[in-house]
Amino acid sequence: MPEIRVTPLGAGQDVGRSCILVSIGGKNIMLDCGMHMGYNDDRRFPDFSYITQNGRLTEFLDCVIISHFHLDHCGALPYMSEMVGYDGPIYMTHPTKAICPILLEDFRKITVDKKGETNFFTSQMIKDCMKKVVPLNLHQTVQVDEELEIKAYYAGHVLGAAMVQIKVGSESVVYTGDYNMTPDRHLGAAWIDKCRPDLLISESTYATTIRDSKRCRERDFLKKVHETVERGGKVLIPVFALGRAQELCILLETFWERMNLKAPIYFSTGLTEKANHYYKLFITWTNQKIRKTFVQRNMFEFKHIKAFDRSYADNPGPMVVFATPGMLHAGQSLLIFKKWAGNEKNMVIMPGYCVQGTVGHKILNGQKKLEMEGRATLDVKLQVEYMSFSAHADAKGIMQLIRMAEPRNMLLVHGEAKKMEFLKDKIEQEFSISCYMPANGETTSIVTNPSVPVDISLNLLKREMALGGPLPDAKRPRTMHGTLIMKDDSLRLVSPEQALKELGLSEHQLRFTCRVLLHDPHSDTDTLGRIYTHLKRVTEKSPQSIRRSGSAAGSRGRREERSMSAPDRICARMLWDTGGGSMTTALDGTGIGVAVKRE
Amino acid sequence: MAAHLKKRVYEEFSKVSQVTLEEVPAKKLRLTKPSKSAALHIDLCKASSPTDALQHLLNFARKPVEAESVEGVVRILLEHYYKESDNSVRLKIASLLGLLSKTQGFSPDCVVDDAINTLNSEKSNQVLAQLLDTLLIIGSQLPDKIAVIQRLIDVACKHLSSTYFGVRNKCLQLLGCLGTVDKPLSKETDTGPGAQTSPVRDVQSVISDFFQDQDPRVRTAAIKAMLQLHERGMKIQQTIYNQACKLLSDDYEQVRSAAVQMVWVLSQLYPESIVPIPSSNEEIRLVDDSFGKICHMVSDGSWVVRVQAAKLLGSMHQVSPHFLEQTLDKKLMSDLRRKRTAHERAKELYASGEFSSGRRWADDAPKEKVDTSGVNLIDSGACGAFVHGLEDEMYEVRISAVEALCSLAQSSPSFAEKCLDFLVDMFNDEIEEVRLQSIHVLRQISTHITLREDQLDTVLAVLEDSSRDIREALHELLCYTNVSTKDCIQLALVELLKNLTKYPTDRNSVWKCLKFLGARHPTLVLPIVPELLSTHPYFDTPEPDMDDPAYIAVLVLVFNAAKSCPTMPALFSDHTFRHYAYLRDSLSHLVPHLRLPGRKQTAGSGLEVSGVGSGSLESAQNFLQDSLIRVSALHNLETPGAQDLLEFTIRDLQRLGELQTELAGSADFCATYLHCQLLLTKALQEKLWTMAVPLCLKQNAKVSTAARQILDETYKLEFLYSGLETQQIATIHNVRLQAKALQLILTARSKQGVDRVLGVCEKFLQDVESFQRLFMIELPHFQDSFVEKLLELMPRLTACKPLDLVKILQTTLRQSRFIHLKLPEQIHRASATIIEPTGESDNPLKFTSGLVVALDIDATLEHVQDPQTTVKVQVLYPDGQSHIIHPKPGDFRTPGPGRVRLITQVYLSHSAWTEACQIEVRLLLAYSSSSSKQSVSKPAWNESMDGLPSSESCIEGTIHLSKPVKVFIMPKPTRR
Repeated sequence: MPEIRVTPLGAGQDVGRSCILVSIGGKNIMLDCGMHMGYNDDRRFPDFSYITQNGRLTEFLDCVIISHFHLDHCGALPYMSEMVGYDGPIYMTHPTKAICPILLEDFRKITVDKKGETNFFTSQMIKDCMKKVVPLNLHQTVQVDEELEIKAYYAGHVLGAAMVQIKVGSESVVYTGDYNMTPDRHLGAAWIDKCRPDLLISESTYATTIRDSKRCRERDFLKKVHETVERGGKVLIPVFALGRAQELCILLETFWERMNLKAPIYFSTGLTEKANHYYKLFITWTNQKIRKTFVQRNMFEFKHIKAFDRSYADNPGPMVVFATPGMLHAGQSLLIFKKWAGNEKNMVIMPGYCVQGTVGHKILNGQKKLEMEGRATLDVKLQVEYMSFSAHADAKGIMQLIRMAEPRNMLLVHGEAKKMEFLKDKIEQEFSISCYMPANGETTSIVTNPSVPVDISLNLLKREMALGGPLPDAKRPRTMHGTLIMKDDSLRLVSPEQALKELGLSEHQLRFTCRVLLHDPHSDTDTLGRIYTHLKRVTEKSPQSIRRSGSAAGSRGRREERSMSAPDRICARMLWDTGGGSMTTALDGTGIGVAVKRE
Repeated sequence: MAAHLKKRVYEEFSKVSQVTLEEVPAKKLRLTKPSKSAALHIDLCKASSPTDALQHLLNFARKPVEAESVEGVVRILLEHYYKESDNSVRLKIASLLGLLSKTQGFSPDCVVDDAINTLNSEKSNQVLAQLLDTLLIIGSQLPDKIAVIQRLIDVACKHLSSTYFGVRNKCLQLLGCLGTVDKPLSKETDTGPGAQTSPVRDVQSVISDFFQDQDPRVRTAAIKAMLQLHERGMKIQQTIYNQACKLLSDDYEQVRSAAVQMVWVLSQLYPESIVPIPSSNEEIRLVDDSFGKICHMVSDGSWVVRVQAAKLLGSMHQVSPHFLEQTLDKKLMSDLRRKRTAHERAKELYASGEFSSGRRWADDAPKEKVDTSGVNLIDSGACGAFVHGLEDEMYEVRISAVEALCSLAQSSPSFAEKCLDFLVDMFNDEIEEVRLQSIHVLRQISTHITLREDQLDTVLAVLEDSSRDIREALHELLCYTNVSTKDCIQLALVELLKNLTKYPTDRNSVWKCLKFLGARHPTLVLPIVPELLSTHPYFDTPEPDMDDPAYIAVLVLVFNAAKSCPTMPALFSDHTFRHYAYLRDSLSHLVPHLRLPGRKQTAGSGLEVSGVGSGSLESAQNFLQDSLIRVSALHNLETPGAQDLLEFTIRDLQRLGELQTELAGSADFCATYLHCQLLLTKALQEKLWTMAVPLCLKQNAKVSTAARQILDETYKLEFLYSGLETQQIATIHNVRLQAKALQLILTARSKQGVDRVLGVCEKFLQDVESFQRLFMIELPHFQDSFVEKLLELMPRLTACKPLDLVKILQTTLRQSRFIHLKLPEQIHRASATIIEPTGESDNPLKFTSGLVVALDIDATLEHVQDPQTTVKVQVLYPDGQSHIIHPKPGDFRTPGPGRVRLITQVYLSHSAWTEACQIEVRLLLAYSSSSSKQSVSKPAWNESMDGLPSSESCIEGTIHLSKPVKVFIMPKPTRR
């Protein structure tokens, strides 16, 4: 049986370094090639030696597909393509292709320049790697080779995030990457058609969460910012450069516009400006509101949000500042935080999760005194708020996607094992499809039942149409008679006559007979007559022709010969096409002794 | 008959061709109309290729065909149809046949046979589909010819087995539009070669067979046909419910969209019938079941279906409250722990008396552990449908969800209470339309709800919105809102005052809002009065500034609350009473009458006024009737005293209109009419009629102004008032004719030369004729009137010379009786007030001459019909120049029934002035007499009207709708 094999090299029962190998219909595809934020050693990247111990990966992989630009989905790409070695095509959407190198370069700078690591990929490698990228458009079917085709669907999550459908023949797999089923301020919701794939590989970050309406969160956020600004306080929002930052910017920008507020909003510079530029360009990837209004005004051309300068932090009066990084562990956000922490009028809003050990985590847990380097302590008087803005589908969203796509099998990745377990049960229970959750390096194979296309001759089809019923019912299978010819890689269904003709064969007929011994003293004709009338009575069908010796005519006939040795014994030979068995029992009724012997 | 007709056509044709070929004298050409059919025939015969023929047909389709020649054209077309071998040409002919059958005044039953015949010989499926379409049109033109319809249905049933989807589509459509359910299809159907089995079947089961067709387009057509049957009032059986439900999960969106409608229709037809729940033994009501199913469609993959589903949900009022409330339910969960929604948390915080803090990280920390087996991730039935709908990515879906919520909440108070949180959340939507809509919706359901403090807080936050529409909608909402505590009142007041300082233009709206807020919650205002008025038990506090809008706002709130709370005035300080007297006078619409202790006198007089204002609508009506009857007793206005009576009545009516706003329209209308009559009588009594012509130039002028004035008044009467009946309009036209006759006589007297008078006479006669045409039915009411007499004399008038005509008119005018006005039921006078600019500003609007300056105009219109087309803005410059500006349709908003708000900008420009000067801005009501005539039926061929002249006597003009407002402007010379 044909099967689809899936092996996660990363993201199997885990979050981070997404990298999933799929073998389908003889093709090998790598889905995503990410790095793990939590490690600084070899575990940072997926273990490519699983594919081959030495040498390049090109001959083992048909293509690589990157779902979106987050580093845990594309961070290992230059390493794989340039250092391990891969020359095949890499597919990603246009926005991903544009933004991905910015992030990779930033990542490289931090690791090499700041942490001083060696043996890391270089800028040139990133460039070389990006040269291998083939861009994808939404809903565009790209033929990787003659059999393998891929198609991208909108996934929400971040700008340019895509779900990919991979198809070989009639077998198909959909990989979701990260996706979001609820729209936000700058992106729409993920959407897929009813493509009924054999396997749906879905992320499951929030497998055990059902989230509240995002409106409440937004409202709370805006209210808090507004109140602080009205009081004359300063608001610090530590963010990571891409993704949520843009959403929050749009949120604040429109709010400022609506409410006619005057307090300045700053965005600490860096790669954000470059990224914002791309956000402006890829309007088609954003949500309905931005798409509809960009002709009048591109929403990403912020009116109220300006670039931040270090000196602004000491300016009097209210202001809102977005600063990187998001967990307050270093950089500009921490600098500003130190300056503002002493004033209870100010506020810091943490828009996302904070890792243990960071300043963000400490203040969220209510620590009022922070120890800084050099023994100095910092009194935290400002208000600390937590607002979660996350763009992953929650449990309901995942179920909704499954309902949209109607897959035959499910496979969960990109989530914690315990949470997956719950979701897996739910999926199996509610959709009654099998669901898998392989760990890293563990292979799952899914048996598929691909349909085999057969050419049918038009004549045969027409003849069948003429035979029965008004119209064939499209939803129901229907039997028909024909001859299947398998010749030179092609399958054809033709009528038997044509098949014979094509193959140069003549028609053979098979005949089944059996011998019945009768004890009957009457004359031949008399016996014949009696049998005939009896048969006629019993079988109700058209009377069979009965001939005295000679070959039988018609489908059913009888040949009879009186054995010379015993004059009262007649040997009747019966010929039937089907269902002769009942005949013998029927003969019993005449009172003639019968013995049946198969010939 | 057909043969005969054909012959006639050929005759016609030959005649014309004779004309064109042999060039018979021009006189004959005028007698024979150029025949369409003939021309078409020639064209088609000449056409060398199918493309050519197609071109001819296309050209032909652009021109209209008169009803008489349709049949001929149809014959020609059919003839060519049989000859034609090209599919596309045949297709076009078939479609033309359909178009032609729609021609008004043509009865298509004579073409039915031919059309059906063509079907039998047709091979091309596309043409077949088009022919069926034509049959459909023919059938719908002949709704009462049962035999024809039956034949068409038979034809449709026969072709249902076609292999081409288009043909099946059209057949289904035909069945849907023409079929009847109660009668089974006759036996003849089965004798046809196509249909083999099925003994007696009705249309519904035939159509429902195609619910499982292999082609999605046919499935859609089948559902649509079923819906069509329903629309035509046929009773649809419940048996198809299960089939329809299955189609809800179809792969194609148009099928799903139609199926949603189908399910909805069934749920409305059989709400109470019981259906089993699959995979269990339970049974539920059909309406609940379908409600659940439609709710499920709110999270469909296609937004078209989602919009549809959300819309339909709103009209399912019979659904059980249990299911209804599920739509807002969403169980939250975090790491398998049950979590409370923000709404629940807010409610709890409120209940515990604590202000919403939300300051801690773990504020929303999940509480109890969820039983994993109990969590149902897939929404069964109605669960959370609206939660999804309101969060949808497409604003169309969100708007429909909001509307559906509104409609459901209006019929269920408990649901209204529940959906409050969600609606309030929608105030923060990113698209303004959605925000506005949700505010409107909240207003509509506000009778059912009381806002909690935290909810009010969210609502009030929107007051700072920069969009004026939003703010005003919110003020409107606050007018109708109930709040629960005195803190809420204070909160609302504070926010409204903030709004007032931020957007001073909202002054009126804010005051009005506070008026209602005060009147609604007197007991809640009472405890905070000292605080509001900043009075102190022992010390005198400084007297606040009377011109401060914020102080006025507070006073409006307090005074309105005091109206139903007699103990409140005791808390007022002296200056408050003084201010009350001032405000009662200056802002009487905002400040009610109060029964104040120790101020008997003002109270007494006020009581009188208010007594008239409230209780005596009936007596006022009686008064109006009485005065009209009194006037109608007059037959001849020339009797002495009659004019005095008229004058008094007019005065009475005008005063009545001022006192009784409900009757203002009627009273004004009558007064104006009587005024016209008075003017007319006076004009006729002038001495000039007895004087010699050259001596009376001065009087002449007086009478001609009177005539002019009457004319103007009649236009006002006709167009300014809504709710008139035809009889009144006819009466007005009668007066107008009289005025015109007067003018005609004056022209004849003053002007020398017959030529000029001739033109005027002809015009007058045309007017009389059009009167006759328009008000034929009303003529019996006009005995002894001017018009009646004129119409009697009509044959003579048309024949006689202008001077004789004038003489006749003169005598008729003097003899004619005064027509009494029958008072119609509901008359409203259109009116407008310009709120902005106020005209009080002393600062001139300065701009460089030659450039433009934009002037914001804000006006309210009342009882104006179709304001988008009729209301204009007029700008009058001091040099007499006047500009008329047409506001954009989008500038008109409708805050309430009968009320329209116009917020627009007009652009001013002028050459340089030496000093600032005032211009006048006012609103005009444009009218054209053609628009008042019976609605012109649209011709079937849309381009056909361009040749015909529009109705001959179309009078266009404008009526002043509002008082002019003066604006100070100063165009400065350009600096070089």
